Amino acid sequence: MDEPVLRVRGITKRFPGVLANDHIDLELRRGEVLAMLGENGAGKSTLMNIIYGLYTQDEGEIYINGRQVEIRNPEDAIRCGIGMVHQHFMLVPVLTVAENLMLGMEHVRGYFFLDKERTIREIEALSKQYGLEVDPRATVEDLPVGAQQRAEIIKVLYRGAEILILDEPTAVLTPQEADDLFMVVRSLTEQGKSIIFITHKLREVMEIADRIVVLRGGKLVGTTTPAETSRAELANMMVGREVLLQVEKEPAAPGEMVLAVRDLRVLDDREHPAVNGVTLEVRAGEVLGVAGVQGNGQRELVEALTGLRKVTGGQVQLLGHDTTHAAPRQVIEIGTAHVPEDRHKHGLVLAYPVEDDLVLCTYYLPPFTRSFNLQPYAIETNAVNLVDAFDIRTPTVATPASSLSGGNQQKVIVAREFSRNVKLLIAAQPTRGIDVGSIEFIHKNIIAQRDAGVAVLLVSAELDEIMALSDRIAVIYKGEIIDTVPAETATREQLGLLMAGVHEAEAGD
Amino acid sequence: MTTETDASRGAESKLGLFSRRVFISILSIVLSLVIGGAIIALSGGDPIDGYLGLWRGAFGKEKAVVETIVKTTPFIFAGLAVAVGFRGGLFNIGVEGQLFVGSICALIAGYAVELPPGIHAAFALLMGALGGAVWAAIPGYLKARTGAHEVITTIMTNYIALRVINWSISQNGPLRLPGSALPETRRVLDSARLPSLTDTTPPLHIGVVIVIVAVFFVYWLLWRTPLGFEIRTVGLNPSAARYAGIKVERTIVLTMVISGALAGLGGAVQVLGLLGYFTTGFNVGLGFDSIAVAMLGSNHPFGVAAGALLFGVMDAGMKTMQLRTQVPRDIVVIIQGLILLFVAAPLLIQPLFRLRQVGEGEQVSISATWGGEG
Repeated sequence: MDEPVLRVRGITKRFPGVLANDHIDLELRRGEVLAMLGENGAGKSTLMNIIYGLYTQDEGEIYINGRQVEIRNPEDAIRCGIGMVHQHFMLVPVLTVAENLMLGMEHVRGYFFLDKERTIREIEALSKQYGLEVDPRATVEDLPVGAQQRAEIIKVLYRGAEILILDEPTAVLTPQEADDLFMVVRSLTEQGKSIIFITHKLREVMEIADRIVVLRGGKLVGTTTPAETSRAELANMMVGREVLLQVEKEPAAPGEMVLAVRDLRVLDDREHPAVNGVTLEVRAGEVLGVAGVQGNGQRELVEALTGLRKVTGGQVQLLGHDTTHAAPRQVIEIGTAHVPEDRHKHGLVLAYPVEDDLVLCTYYLPPFTRSFNLQPYAIETNAVNLVDAFDIRTPTVATPASSLSGGNQQKVIVAREFSRNVKLLIAAQPTRGIDVGSIEFIHKNIIAQRDAGVAVLLVSAELDEIMALSDRIAVIYKGEIIDTVPAETATREQLGLLMAGVHEAEAGD
Repeated sequence: MTTETDASRGAESKLGLFSRRVFISILSIVLSLVIGGAIIALSGGDPIDGYLGLWRGAFGKEKAVVETIVKTTPFIFAGLAVAVGFRGGLFNIGVEGQLFVGSICALIAGYAVELPPGIHAAFALLMGALGGAVWAAIPGYLKARTGAHEVITTIMTNYIALRVINWSISQNGPLRLPGSALPETRRVLDSARLPSLTDTTPPLHIGVVIVIVAVFFVYWLLWRTPLGFEIRTVGLNPSAARYAGIKVERTIVLTMVISGALAGLGGAVQVLGLLGYFTTGFNVGLGFDSIAVAMLGSNHPFGVAAGALLFGVMDAGMKTMQLRTQVPRDIVVIIQGLILLFVAAPLLIQPLFRLRQVGEGEQVSISATWGGEG
């Protein structure tokens, strides 16, 4: 058998107080897709950053084609034929695809003139060879996300990569775009490239991987193949215990109207229309899921409903109050809980101790404030109770939120928002980037809120999450609700097409 | 990647963070003194002798101790003003100007009205605080309404305050002491002077007591009141503050008002407690030095008091040092500059002493407000 293209032996990396990688052995064979599965904090990113030269290992060796190498920085990695496609693309939005690829390795004609045409020809050749469709002359910011990702892959190939590390590549794609990506991946491996595919989505692993490695707590806990395993088994390996992949719930019993949105119009930060006439209703005791690819107006919709963004047209009714132009605190006080999409930007003050983050919206009310004085004891008691009830893993309630893992930070937000007596829950990407155990917990709590008669508006880019929790599903595309379908009859294919803006009637043509 | 580094940043107790900040401050001071000593030695002086002179000048006699306390007082007021701004995410460079405006308002209240002793002084102090507050509210309002960065606008308000005051005490200026050949103002009435606890020169005026109250007041305000919670939340994460229903714009203006009031009160105490009038050069640079004081004290009122004491000691001691040991007083300015440098750039000293990097979010960052939200 061939020498593996990449082999790491005994890689260990310590951060103060954490063993991020604990003697990891790994091999990547030529022409295979190795899926690397693990929760956040399992050590996937640390390992990849070591291989890509962003970190240096404390112990262990790296071999490329059987030869030991030292990778001190990304330049070394690139020289070894390792390329990384980051989750957040490293492209300059205002430049064209070709210009982006030229950066740092420009072809020059004479001494002064860039030879753009030569780069474009080279891109077109690569594009054809691997089935990576992208226009080298297009400006990056005008391209859809899928095309940007293809440009990013071409960039890596252009720099001579034989080993491609794809970090959560499908996080930003529609199901159809993900299928396209899988075709590209197969074409790459057929032509001898080797791929490490980092993900936490079990479905994808089963579909694309030749072999699977699972990391947990910095250790490699298993190596297997899709044929030998199942999604449930992989989930158990990731978490280290049995997990429920399905959310158990009874049929909804919708009650009174809680949120009624009519023809809502909102602009984004660049003052371009982001929400173009959204009409939707959420009743007490039901979950309305808003499905859609990121960047189709979901963020602006949620911000408008919670008073954080100016509404330019239409009307919002919350429990009979007109909250179209209400301030955030009014919306909160009428009875809205909001789990924000960006937990670091909106959801938490990271430098605050957990106990303060738990009263972020209620600090000024009794029992936390009495006669103009904060009540430290009440704040602490509240925190101790919530930490217990919501299973927040933190050394003390005085620990800064920044020290907690992503899943526990999210639990802090969920604990704060769910513990208030609310009528409407707006949850935006409530489980993005957190571990399976926390996801399970948060899903259960969302359903518990629903069953307690709260109206839930769930906005998520994860189709699995939408399908698992929703009673009705509204699909948003370019700021419009393109269709609303009952959850029990919805299929992934149907939703995927809607998310791509294709209406069923048209799809049949 | 984030989670791993988050975890590595973890397990950092409040106490650990606190002691590390104190440690950084102390290291900065020690390092600055060492470098200052080297400079003294290089310029042909005796560093030990020089520092002993500094110490004697600050603590040698009762009079020296009083002088040190009196010199420390305005640093505390101004340092608190800067610290409140920083806690609210605002870099209030305008403390200098707010101090001047406070001085002038207290001065006018001190000679233009007649009130019983005591009440008059209290009234003049109040006017000083009010003047500083109003002067600081302008850049606060501009920031809240238009997003104009407070560093730029407060530099402008400093110039305006300075120039207007210089004009007002120039020849034929409205505040000029009639008949005086010097650029100085009228005298405040005796009823507006701050009573003294001693009969030394300078007097140990009750501004010293007021400033101690102010230290505890600022602590109470920031950490024990809902308003303080709002100020700190806006300072650390304006987006989260808005999300939580805090009126960010209003909080920004209020932060500036409180900061300006503290600065103005400092200016008033100087005028009413020491000279009894205002002249060019009085307190110049105090507002800027207080930025160093605030940073040295990690923007905590108790830290500010400690940092101010250090600056007070150096200011009070440098005359004696120069007189007795021929070490030029400029060395003190150099040391103060070095301290600011090391405190502002802890990365400079961290590798020297293998200190762990302060995690993001734990620092009150100056740069955080640049081009940011709110």
